[in-house]
Amino acid sequence: MKDILLGVAYLAASILFILGLRGLNSPQTARRGILLAEIGMLLAVVGTLLRNEIIQYQWILIGLVVGSTIGALMAIFMPMTAMPQRIAISHSFGALAATLVGIVDYYEHGLTIDHGTMAALGFEVLFGSLTITGSLMAFSKLQELVKSAPVTYRFQNVSNILLFFATVGVFVFLIFRPDTSVLFYGMIAVGLFLGILIVLPIGGADMPVVLSLLNSYAGLASAATGIVISNNVLLIAGALDGTSGFFLSMMMSRAMNRSFTNVLFGAVGAVKRGAQVQEEARTVMRYTPEDAAYVLENAQSVIIIPGYGMAVAQAQHAVQELAELLIEGGATVRYAIHPVAGRMPGHMNVLLADANVPYDLLYEAEQINDDFQSTDVALVIGANDVVNPAARYKKDSPLYGMPILNADQAHTVMILKRSLSPGFAGEDNELFYDKKTMMIFGDAKATLTSLIQLLKKTAPAQAGEAQAIEGIHS
Amino acid sequence: MNSLLFESLYILVLAGFLGFEVIRKVPPLLHTPLMSTTNAISGISLVGSLVAAGSGQGIVSTVLGTIAVTAATINVVGGFMITDRMLKMFRRKESKSK
Repeated sequence: MKDILLGVAYLAASILFILGLRGLNSPQTARRGILLAEIGMLLAVVGTLLRNEIIQYQWILIGLVVGSTIGALMAIFMPMTAMPQRIAISHSFGALAATLVGIVDYYEHGLTIDHGTMAALGFEVLFGSLTITGSLMAFSKLQELVKSAPVTYRFQNVSNILLFFATVGVFVFLIFRPDTSVLFYGMIAVGLFLGILIVLPIGGADMPVVLSLLNSYAGLASAATGIVISNNVLLIAGALDGTSGFFLSMMMSRAMNRSFTNVLFGAVGAVKRGAQVQEEARTVMRYTPEDAAYVLENAQSVIIIPGYGMAVAQAQHAVQELAELLIEGGATVRYAIHPVAGRMPGHMNVLLADANVPYDLLYEAEQINDDFQSTDVALVIGANDVVNPAARYKKDSPLYGMPILNADQAHTVMILKRSLSPGFAGEDNELFYDKKTMMIFGDAKATLTSLIQLLKKTAPAQAGEAQAIEGIHS
Repeated sequence: MNSLLFESLYILVLAGFLGFEVIRKVPPLLHTPLMSTTNAISGISLVGSLVAAGSGQGIVSTVLGTIAVTAATINVVGGFMITDRMLKMFRRKESKSK
């Protein structure tokens, strides 16, 4: 009877997880979806606690209490700007749990394990250990505990590939001889080492791909755990996590026009810097916030393009305030979000949502790219590569082929940037030198704040007019 | 090859396809919440960790199991809570515009 109940609980949990993810189709149903997934989780956990094998509860209780406390504290106090780091570290926790379960399984039953189960177990601990250190490495880079620039050295790819094949060799041997426990633990150690080596050469702008990929690995490790201990809910949840991560990394790679292998083995820093050769003395039009305020005041339509620089300067609230002012002044303001802007999938969306920007003002590249021609001002805040026109035609550029936002088609392009330095890909951005481009150097937040103040001074005169326009719109 | 293993592979592949179809429909707007949700869901390895920590298998397994329970619980509790916190921030324009 108990077994049937447990089976029902696991089945219900699996269904609830899928329904929960389906809720994420739209922001209106998303929170209900999360609730469903939570109920599913609760069912699965309570069901498991009632299983006959579980005979001692004190350790479980300690783990649950400590884990809940840490998890809740992180969720409550972590600022939204630290989201990429949080995502990275949580992949590490997930992988740690899966790997430890695998080790316990081997420790207890290693000598009697069959070949098929050993294969699954191998996947579990290999993906698991890779993800533990890989995610920690990504976390350290995002948190800037270590330098976030790609780290490269001679023979890096060759040695990584050799190590990878050696590991696969050990894995295959283990499948045939599951009782060689030295190799089993050795494989975990190498997996941990490989995780560091794989993420070491990865730079900041590639983080969205890497985070998604690690997401996928953590899921696959869980799925493999499900196979080893014949637990279907674990298997299904792991598979969902695995495909989700895989899907996201595909999306991100496509948005950068790069293949997985290129991201993992390419270490963009090492890519020959295409355009550095032509060092013509080109001049940049330097403008002050006063000039910019004047142009913005007269703009009917503005598209804001945020990038990682906005996140670094923590400027999202200032951006929102400026946009609000412009809207009050009668302009239409929209945001164009490039899929790889920032450090994780959806990074800009979360930051802007945190700053109270309604999500129906956020547009994806395909939705808004045709509208730039009829837009007065494209306001680029801390973004670079995603608006670099070289991606369209310059065949030797590392950016070539990457879908970009057509900021260059707007009547005026306003770029808020700290310096002229090229973006992550090392490709100089000709948009900076365009005649219609206004470069405003300085910290994005400071510039935006002075823009807001300048616009506010002139605002009262326009307030009445603005209201009238609002009235027509609604 | 035992048949149980094959059954598992069936489920893995089918769940993978289903997951792909479901996740394909998630808009880029919600990609970060999607990541943190799947993260929380994959904290289901808690189920395996509970068995490892609680079935009285000796000190090594119990300690490793307890660490696993802790790590998985961090993901479950933290993942769901932060996803909800994020989703609460996503709002439309005030209804006057619609």
